[in-house]
Amino acid sequence: MSNDVLFEIKDLEVSYGSITALKGISLKVHKGEIVTILGANGAGKTTTMRTISQLLKAKSGSIMFKGQDLTKIAAHKIVKLGISHSPEGRRVFGILTVEENLMLGAFSQRKLDREVRSWVYELFPRLKERRKQLAGTLSGGEQQMLAIGRALMSKPEMLLLDEPSLGIAPILVKAIFKQIKEIAQSGVTVLLVEQNAKAALKLADRGYVLDVGKIALSGTSEELLASEKIQEAYLGKKH
Amino acid sequence: MDIFLQQLANGLTIGSMYALVALGYTMVYGVMRLINFAHGDMVAASAFVGLTIYTQVMGESASLGAVVLIFLLSAGSMAVVGIILERVAYRPLREAPRLSAVVSALGASLVIQNGIMLIWGPRMRIFPELVPQVYWDLGGVVISLIQVIILLLSLVLMITLYLFVEKTRMGAAIRASSIDQDAARLMGINVNSVIALIFIIGSSLGAIGGLFIGLYYRGITFNMGWQYGLYAFIAAIIGGIGNIPGAMLGGMLLGLFNAFIAGYVSSTWSDAFTFILLILILIVRPTGILGERVAEKV
Repeated sequence: MSNDVLFEIKDLEVSYGSITALKGISLKVHKGEIVTILGANGAGKTTTMRTISQLLKAKSGSIMFKGQDLTKIAAHKIVKLGISHSPEGRRVFGILTVEENLMLGAFSQRKLDREVRSWVYELFPRLKERRKQLAGTLSGGEQQMLAIGRALMSKPEMLLLDEPSLGIAPILVKAIFKQIKEIAQSGVTVLLVEQNAKAALKLADRGYVLDVGKIALSGTSEELLASEKIQEAYLGKKH
Repeated sequence: MDIFLQQLANGLTIGSMYALVALGYTMVYGVMRLINFAHGDMVAASAFVGLTIYTQVMGESASLGAVVLIFLLSAGSMAVVGIILERVAYRPLREAPRLSAVVSALGASLVIQNGIMLIWGPRMRIFPELVPQVYWDLGGVVISLIQVIILLLSLVLMITLYLFVEKTRMGAAIRASSIDQDAARLMGINVNSVIALIFIIGSSLGAIGGLFIGLYYRGITFNMGWQYGLYAFIAAIIGGIGNIPGAMLGGMLLGLFNAFIAGYVSSTWSDAFTFILLILILIVRPTGILGERVAEKV
């Protein structure tokens, strides 16, 4: 891991009408890291991700990626810069086939890179088996694999993963997290939002804990795993 | 048997006009979940624009070149009207409640309809004879050159559109945007451009439909957009609104149905029978014939 800051959020504020969802959060991601954002429902995790992708517009603050402020860029141009987003709830194109979904993942590339597709099929062999099947007929876990695979098709430098474990059988969660590690080892920086704190901290280098729109805690995964606050709030251990 | 074949030919002609117009409704609905009520009036406007281009620009020439130009210019001008319509009447309301957009669509419909009346007057106008009156008598069944042209040109346009949507990069962008706009943005698709493109394609196809209506029925009135628009809209629903092949199928089916009702029952009852058909199809298949292939898994 190098010390280059690849991505930095500063004093980010986001609101839905009169409700403030993010009350000035700041965080950094270094090149090659896996960083996780933890927090309960409604803490602002998905809001953070959607604001990075510009599906939501920030009220104030900046999101810097390789010297560019993303808040000044249109949503559909973000992926071209090297940030790819696997959204909450997967959002695969249900009435299109697995293969067509992957093709759309490569939309920003103009030309489909078959090597990347083979890599995605290697990471998730299930997708290859089901490549002619409509995405809507896949199981939740397989849809999650597809969402991640689709995001990889644009050859991102940084991958945003929003709750990849949500509503998925534990055995598949394990498999998916293993492949996220693999993706990170291939050189893709990962920003991972999770409710499953234990699994996320096992995987990540560092973490931030969001609590009602503010960063309540941050540190390396070891520090967070050891912290009493985390243990009480997210790992269900009582002292 | 003669009646059957005659009405089959008539039905296919009317059906291809419905199908062309229905595509505009269904494509806009597919991406925006909005019924563009002004679409039918643009169809009508196109016939009047064609009339004016014929008299004022082409010097009443019906040579092949002039006719092709009339089609291109009418389609082009409706494409421009479509883009303006989207910018002015729909884009500002994209985040607003659904009902606001519906009211805006109805308002836009009235504005265009009254615009036609202001420019061309309230009385029926006769559409120029752009295609020579040639008829073939095939053993009791009479088919006109106009019918052949309408049917063939519509088929070519529909096949082209289908291939464009299924096989090209922009087509993939249209399909993705119609499924999930935010997910499409995450793929790098400019949804605003897709919507503009939808209006360009839908309005041009509708414009050609309007010229066909002028060619086939000859009499054009400022408010005919409501009648033809309604039928095309029903065709889109029958086929499964939002579904492009569905609009083509629905248009053809409705055209044939109307022709057979006119042939075997009475054309006076054609509206009533059309709605009975619509109700029956919606009872059996609420999503239309080709609507919603697969339920989304949550």
